[in-house]
Amino acid sequence: MNPWPFVAGAYAVMLGGTGILAIVSYLAMKRAER
Amino acid sequence: MPSLHALANPARFLKIARPLTPVLFWAGTLLIALGCWAGLTRTPPDYLQGETVRILYIHVPAAWLGMGGWSGIALSSIALLVWRHPLAAVAARAIALPGAVFAALCLVTGSIWGRPTWGTWWQWDGRLTSMLLLFFVYCAYIALARADADRGGDGRVPALFGLAGTVLLPIIRYSVIWWNTLHQGPSIGLTKSTIDGAILWPLPIMLAGFSFLFGAIVLMRMRGLLAVAKAEARMRRMARI
Repeated sequence: MNPWPFVAGAYAVMLGGTGILAIVSYLAMKRAER
Repeated sequence: MPSLHALANPARFLKIARPLTPVLFWAGTLLIALGCWAGLTRTPPDYLQGETVRILYIHVPAAWLGMGGWSGIALSSIALLVWRHPLAAVAARAIALPGAVFAALCLVTGSIWGRPTWGTWWQWDGRLTSMLLLFFVYCAYIALARADADRGGDGRVPALFGLAGTVLLPIIRYSVIWWNTLHQGPSIGLTKSTIDGAILWPLPIMLAGFSFLFGAIVLMRMRGLLAVAKAEARMRRMARI
């Protein structure tokens, strides 16, 4: 079994999830502070 | 270094949080980029797991922050119940969503790791099941804290729930010792590790990077919640005039 699709998938989920969380938190803060 | 009580003043807290947020965000982003480069290109494959061992560098920080987030909620709950710290309820609410997201990311990355390593995406063993329970407890806390805030509660009910939920943390930690699980036993401690240093060294970089980013996200959410509370207080004052 080729391990790289699993490694790439795990990194994509982790970095994507963290990035979306950071963007949503930033936009919510900016909207509230305006 | 400001004391806990000095930060009880929201204006003083915001004076520190505003410059600290971008510092934590960019420091975390840079460390994560460095950790990804090191973890994906500079370390050897494991003799048993091969290349899939590289998932370690993201799975462990997700587990660390999923459990660390609940520790933050518990400490904030104590600060609210014992000292009536005015920012404690805001801090706990701000931590809950990122904590839940990292608990979910821990489950998903662990599942992706499990498929090539164990031959299955999921197993109802002690570690996986207790971590899934923590995610559900996060969801319940988020709903409870929101309902309490909407009806103008003082935050004591979510704080009690936050304290009760801490019972899960030692269960998760020791599940691999108490039960014969598919998940490996404890391999990383504060002072020693059974993983070779040649593979382990990018992990502290990733742990620091994701922790800084988690801190920045919590500060952003606290600033947002404080701004909403301030606007609502202003509306109430205007309604009385």
